[in-house]
Order: sequence, then structure tokens, then C-alpha cells
Amino acid sequence: MSKIDEILSRYREGSHESLIPILQDVQEAEGYLSENAIVHIGSFLRMSTTKIFGLATFYDRFRFFPGGRVHIRICNGTSCFINGSAPVIAAVRETLGIEPGQTTRDGRFSYELTTCMGGCNEGPVLFCGDNYKTRVHPEDVPDMLAKLKSLSDLQ
Amino acid sequence: MQFTIEVNNRSIKAEKGETILSALNRNGIMIPTLCRMAEFTPTGACRMCVVEVEGRDRLITACSAPVEEWMKIKTHSPRVIRARKTIVELLLSNHPDDCLYCDRNLDCELQRLSDEMQVRERRIRGSKIKPRRDQSSPAIVRELSKCILCGRCIRVCEEVVTATSIDFIGRGRYTHVGPAMDRDFNFSSCIHCGQCVLVCPTGALHEKHYLSEVQEQLSKNDVIRVIQYSPLVPYALANEMGVKYTRDFDRILNATLRKTGFDKVFLSGAGTDILITELADAIIGSETTAGRKPLIVSACPAWVKYCEQFTPELLPLLSTLKPPQQISGSIIKSVVPVSDDRPRVYTVSVTPCTAMKFEARRDSMTRKGISDIDTVLTVRELARLIILYGIDMTNIDPEPADEPMELRSSAALLAEVAGGIAESVLRTIAVRAGGKEADRVAVKKLRSTGIFRETSVTAGGVTCSVAVVDGLKGLEKLKQMLDAGTHFDLVEVMACPGGCVNGGGMIPAGSKEAVRQRTRFIWQTDEQEAVRGPEQSSTVAGLYGNVFDQCPELADKKLFHTHFSKRDVLL
Repeated sequence: MSKIDEILSRYREGSHESLIPILQDVQEAEGYLSENAIVHIGSFLRMSTTKIFGLATFYDRFRFFPGGRVHIRICNGTSCFINGSAPVIAAVRETLGIEPGQTTRDGRFSYELTTCMGGCNEGPVLFCGDNYKTRVHPEDVPDMLAKLKSLSDLQ
Repeated sequence: MQFTIEVNNRSIKAEKGETILSALNRNGIMIPTLCRMAEFTPTGACRMCVVEVEGRDRLITACSAPVEEWMKIKTHSPRVIRARKTIVELLLSNHPDDCLYCDRNLDCELQRLSDEMQVRERRIRGSKIKPRRDQSSPAIVRELSKCILCGRCIRVCEEVVTATSIDFIGRGRYTHVGPAMDRDFNFSSCIHCGQCVLVCPTGALHEKHYLSEVQEQLSKNDVIRVIQYSPLVPYALANEMGVKYTRDFDRILNATLRKTGFDKVFLSGAGTDILITELADAIIGSETTAGRKPLIVSACPAWVKYCEQFTPELLPLLSTLKPPQQISGSIIKSVVPVSDDRPRVYTVSVTPCTAMKFEARRDSMTRKGISDIDTVLTVRELARLIILYGIDMTNIDPEPADEPMELRSSAALLAEVAGGIAESVLRTIAVRAGGKEADRVAVKKLRSTGIFRETSVTAGGVTCSVAVVDGLKGLEKLKQMLDAGTHFDLVEVMACPGGCVNGGGMIPAGSKEAVRQRTRFIWQTDEQEAVRGPEQSSTVAGLYGNVFDQCPELADKKLFHTHFSKRDVLL
């Protein structure tokens, strides 16, 4: 039984209201929403994949590419921007050498820009693994990424 | 229950339960709308129709708010007009200002609204949407930068067509309309019916144009150019060109097409006649064999693609006969004589349909890689071609079409409305059984307004039961009945509600009533015409009696059959 089947077995067939919980579970289990997963969910809920994809793209939390082992989300909202998120984003881009949505060659890192994560008074906010990092300075970025790198080696 | 409300300091009558908009419109007060579509539940998304109601702080949307007794409404107060103008200005803020080069120039709702609101400058500047032009589909082009996100296409695709091929993708200023996984159209579950094209207010969705291809061929000396048109085309074209349709118009069109540069003009209706004859043969033939299976008509290309994707279990029941356009196409490419200095035949077909552009490109519709129909034009494109070549249709002598497909029966015209093919087949079966015509009362059941209609007709001791699915919404009922074991001899499915009269290549009808009006026109014409069925048509007699026998390719009629197979797309 695949991971997706196992998740789906917890829900009632054809229940449209379970769509978001299912998507959340699948994202947690697989790290992203694959095309295969969306088709699977679609036939389970008897919903069009177009609708599922349309809904999922509305929410920033859902991803449609596998991404790296460490996935970083950087707030690109207004408040974080005023607090200086642009240099942070630039530092991440420079250190990793990739654009948002891309994955490093070794498959270790990926990052994306998101809208507000609710830490406006503590910005710039950055989210990786299960942790929020607040008041991030651009000069801290290389150190932070190096730490994350060694952590991901341990995993 | 009726009551009086005050609108612009005058009282008007309103019905309980109706929207403000419908009360206003009934009393001759027009207010602009954009996201609204007749016969759909209102969404109030675009806010073009806002009005001022005394006692309410905010402007409210007339299309969605129910009218109430206490209301004092202002429909054109300075505040309302300013709000509407701002809405249009906001829509234009990220719109590409390329109206002159746009497909819908002079026929665009946004353009009209901006003129009505007297927008004369770009007051609000937004960052323009990144241009993205999806030309992957053979039938429909999607231009994302022109989309104003009214959502009409999405609702039609979901609620009318039931294919649900497109939806809003993303959020905020990145929102756009597209198929699953943001793919291009040709990889999606789109069935090319073109209903979305009919409702798009701007040039964001339009049919793919093949006019330059036609022009190129018209300028060559070494090709024989053949054009055929569907029975509905003259009537639709007259509407599009603003000419009053008369009986002569069909023959005027023949002359016009010859003036445009086509060497031969044929009627696709002759192909429809052959389809009707072959379908009747198949049903009468199956009468004697055991295990009668329902035969599902495959004349509607959008339905065929839908079936291949969504209901592959019905594929074995699908008639293998080619649709009319392809039947006549295969006759044309077999019988039109070529010479040494003009060795190639180029065929154009004019239809009220966008899906036929896709159909003509199917692998199974080609012979040795050469398609029977090279180019498919919609009625709108034909009108443009005629205007481009400067032909005055009001001042031209009528001419007949070319042999061997110079006439069509009125049954072929009837096939352009939903239920028409079924009705024509029943008629032919009745005549074959020795009757004069099919049982009128029974056949009339096929002319009701339901999305699923059925009837059975007994002729010459043989009972034939038929069903008509008018719009893909009726398919659910058909599946239920087939599952329950109900027997039908013939099932006609039309993807567009109302049939080809509401096809994606037609002029937008706008409401069910307008489609019904076109339908009634066809029924009337059918009553008046002399040749009512393929069995009375001299063209059909000539084709079967003479042409097919002389042409080895056509003699065994294998050319009239094709095959369909399951299609793997994201559903």
C-alpha cells in the first residue's frame, strides 16, 4: 500500500470537504504534491484534477516540486520587506546559487518566497524545517545555511 | 407577489424574489454587467453592476442582491458612475493596450465598457501581466495577458460542458486561468467545444485562426481548392454579416466562395445524408442479428473526445462512422480529379464548430498521413475571409454547388440541432419500412427542452427506441439508464447544449431562448423544404449509384469508418 493510499484510507470516499486535510497529509508525507498524487486524490474524491490543482495553488503552503531535503521559505510580504527581507533573499540566492523554486544540484537545498507568515513584528521571517527564524540579518545567512547543511548530513 | 420600489425617484414594479438587476432591466433601465451570464447563478465578482441603495453604506451588486420592498435605488448617481469607471480603469491597469491587433477588436466587452464609461486615459498603472500565448491546441488559443479573470469560461466548462478543464490557478496578481498542472491545452482534458470562447468577454480565449493558411493556398496556381460548408453555415453567416437570410442565400454563398478563389464548392450536408443513411442501415441491419447494442452517434467531435477521456467504457458502443465533415472530405479527396499542372487538392471545411478543427487533425482521419480536410474554418473566420476579399454578398448572382455533392436534404440541416440526427434516422427508417414519415407524435418527444430525451417509434412492425443527450450534462442520465439495462437502438450525444446551433464557432447566442429561436428556424425550414430525407435526394442516389461504384477506394465504404481509443489525460 502506497503512502497516498494509506492517507486516503483515513478519509471517506467522495467527501469534497476532506480535500484540504488530504492535501496537507500528502504534502507532509511526500514533501510535495506530485501529479500522481493529485490524480489519485481526484479519483478518490471524484473531483477534477483541474479543481484540485486550482485550489492547491491558491495556498502558499502547497508545493508541486520535490524540492531539497532542506526547504526554506522566506517571507516576501510588505512588513518583512520594510524590515529588510530583500538583502536576506539576495544573500540566500547568492549562497545557494539558485533561484526561488529551484533545487541545488546536490538535492540538499531549495527555497521559495511566500506571502506573510504572521511574524510581521519580528521580520524578516524565514521558515525552515519546523522552525521560524525571526529578525534574520543578511550577514547571518551563510552561517545559518552552513549549520543547516551539517544538520542535513546527520539525517 | 408584486410591489413598488423607487428607482431614480420614480416608482417601478418589482417581483418578490427577483434580483435588482432583473427588476431594472424589465423596466427598461440598463446597467452594465461583466461577469454575469444569463441563466447562471450570479457571483457578483466583477462589481460592474453596483447600484446605490438608500440606507446602505456600501454600493451593492444588482446582479446578485434580491430586490426588497423598502428599497430606494439610484442606478446612475455620480457615486455609482465613479465606482463603475474605477472598476473598468482597474481592469485596464494591467491589460495590454493592443486593441488594434487583438482578435476581438470592436467586438470586446471590456473595450465597450471602457468606451461607455468614457475612460480616455490610463489613470491607474499596474504592472502588465506577462504575455503568455498558448497555441498548443488545434482549436482554441489562450492569451493570458488579455484575461480579466471574470471566471465565465471556468463556470461554463464546469457547469455546462462538465469537462472542468480549466480553473483559476495561483493567487493574487499571479492568478490566471488554465488546465490542471498549468499545462497547455493540448495536454489537458479540454474537448475543444468552444463554449468558453463564446462567453469570453475579451480576446483571452478565441478560436485558432487558419485564414493565413487559406490565403496562401488561394494564391497558388498548382492546387485545386475545394471548400465545403455545413448546412447551418449560410444562415449563421447571414447573421454575422448583418444580411437578412433568404432561401437564395445558400446559392449566393456558393457564388461568393467561387469569387474568393475556390475551384469547387460542395455541401457537407451530403456527408450528413450519407451518415444518416449508413446509421439507418446499421440499425435495420442489426435488427436481424442477435444481441442488439445501442449505437452511439459519433458525429459530435467534442463528445467523441469527451468519451475517449471520461467514459471509455462507452467507446465500444460508439459508431465507427466518420462525422459528416470527414465523410464528405474523404469523398472529395477520392473523386476530385487532379491534373499534371495541378496535382494537389486542398480542402477547406466551414463549420459552426471549433472541435472540428481538432477532429480534422486526428490520426484516424488521415490516409497515409494526408488529411481529408486540410483546414477547418468557423463561421466567424469565413465572414472575415469574405470581407478580406472584398466581396459584396448583396450584389451577386446565385449559383448552384458542384457535383457530386451539390444538394443536401433537409434532414442534413435538421442534424444541426440536438436530436436532429436521431430524428432524421427515424424518418429514414420509417420511409424504408414503407411509411410516408415517422410517427409525428413520438418523434416530437425529441424536440422537447430536456437535457435527456427519449422516444420509440414503430415502423413496419419494427420498434426503434432512441435517446438524445442534449449537452453533456445529460450524460449522467444516459449512463444510469444504460446501467439499469434500458435498451436504446440509437443514442445521439451533442456536447453543446442545443446542438451545433450553439456551437463554439457560431456567433454567441447569449441565452437559451436565443438558441431555441435558431432551433425553431431550422425546424421551420425543415418543414418547408421539398427534399426531406437522404432517400429522396438525387445527390445521395448519384453518390451511391454512380460515384462510389466508379471509385475503387469508396466502393467498400471502408473510408467512411474510423476508430476511437482511450485517451490518457489528467481528468
